[in-house]
Amino acid sequence: MTIYGVGILAACYLAGQLLGELLGRFIGIDANIGGVGFAMILLILTNDKLMKKNLLPPATQQGILFWSFMYIPVIVAMSATQNVYAAFSGGFVAIAVGTIPTGAMFFLIPLLTRIRHAKDKKP
Amino acid sequence: MSSWLEKFFIQNGLVVTFLAVALIMLLSSLISHRVTKRKIPDSAVAIFLGLLLAYVGGRIAKGTKGIADISVFSGFGIMGGAMFRDFAVVSTAMGASFEEIRKSGLIGLSSLFVGVAGTFVLGAGLAVAFGYTAARDITTIGAGACTFIVGPITGAAIGAESHIIAISIAAGVFKSILVTIATPALAKYIGLDNPQAAMAYGGLMGTTSGVTAGLAATDPKLVPYGAMTATFYTGLGCLLCPSVLYYLVRLIA
Repeated sequence: MTIYGVGILAACYLAGQLLGELLGRFIGIDANIGGVGFAMILLILTNDKLMKKNLLPPATQQGILFWSFMYIPVIVAMSATQNVYAAFSGGFVAIAVGTIPTGAMFFLIPLLTRIRHAKDKKP
Repeated sequence: MSSWLEKFFIQNGLVVTFLAVALIMLLSSLISHRVTKRKIPDSAVAIFLGLLLAYVGGRIAKGTKGIADISVFSGFGIMGGAMFRDFAVVSTAMGASFEEIRKSGLIGLSSLFVGVAGTFVLGAGLAVAFGYTAARDITTIGAGACTFIVGPITGAAIGAESHIIAISIAAGVFKSILVTIATPALAKYIGLDNPQAAMAYGGLMGTTSGVTAGLAATDPKLVPYGAMTATFYTGLGCLLCPSVLYYLVRLIA
C-alpha cells in the first residue's frame, strides 16, 4: 500500500528531526542540529533492511518516491517565499558579505575533493 | 478581486499553489527548451522564476515571505515551508548510497568546519573593511555570511542591535540566492559531478535552501549528498559563532 511508504518516510523524518532537536537542546542552542541528515541516514538504512527482506513492494516504494519527484516543485515554491526584496534593500554591506565569502568557498570544493583523490591513489 | 473569489482562493491555498507551481514548471520547461536550447536546465529556470516571484511579492506586499504574503498565494508558504521542504529532501535519500556517504564522511566533516570558520572570517573581515569596529557587530555580520539563521541567532545571543541583525539576515539571503543561481553555472568548473564533491559542497556552503535548490538545478541525483552535510552547517554555525568565534573577535578587535 502506498500509504505504508509515506508512513515509513514520516517515521524516519520525525525520528531524525526529534534527534536533531534533542541534540540542539543538549548542547544548549535553540536550533535543530542535523535533523534532516539523521532522517536521511535512517531512511537509507530502513530502505536497505526492508529491501533485503523483500518487504518493500513497488506500491510501498511509490509512497516515498512520490515525494522525491515533488522535490523540485517544493524547492520552487520555497524560492518564491524567500525574502528576496529585503536582500536587495539590505544595502551594499549585505551584498558584499553575502557573496564574496561564498564565492571563495566555491573554489575550495575542488581542493577538498582533490585531497581525497590524492589519498585514494596511494597504495 | 471580489471578496468571495479571494476567500475561495485562500480557503484552497495549498491546491492553488499546486496548480501555480505546475504552471511555473511548464513555463520553465518551455523557456529551457525553446529559448536557451536546453543549455539552462528547466529546474534552474523554475527556481529563478520562483525567486523573481518572491521579489515581486515582497515589493507588493512589503512582507517577509515573498509571494506568500499576497493572500491568494499564501499556500506557497505551506508548500515551500520548512516542513514540506525537509520532508521532500529526506525522501531523496531513497536513491542515495550509504557506502558513498560513509566513504566521504571525513570530507563532509572537514568541509563543515572549513565552511563555517572560513565564511565567518571572510564575512567578519569585510565588516571591518566597511568600518564596523564593535566586536558584537563584526561577529553578527560574520555569522550572517554563514546563513540567514546563524546571523540572527548569533546576533540575539550576543546582544547585537536590530539593524545589524537585519544586515546579517539580508547577507544570508543573498548567499542563498547566489548559491542557487551560481551552482549549475559553476558545477562543471569545480568538479561538482559526484557524491563526494556534493558532500564537500554542502558542508562548505551550508545554506540548506541554496544547496538543495542549486543541486536540484545541477543534478538531482546529488541532492541527498549535499543536503546531508548542509543540514549540520547551521547547527555548527549557531554553536561556534556566538561562542568560540565571538571570543576570538573580541581578542582581536
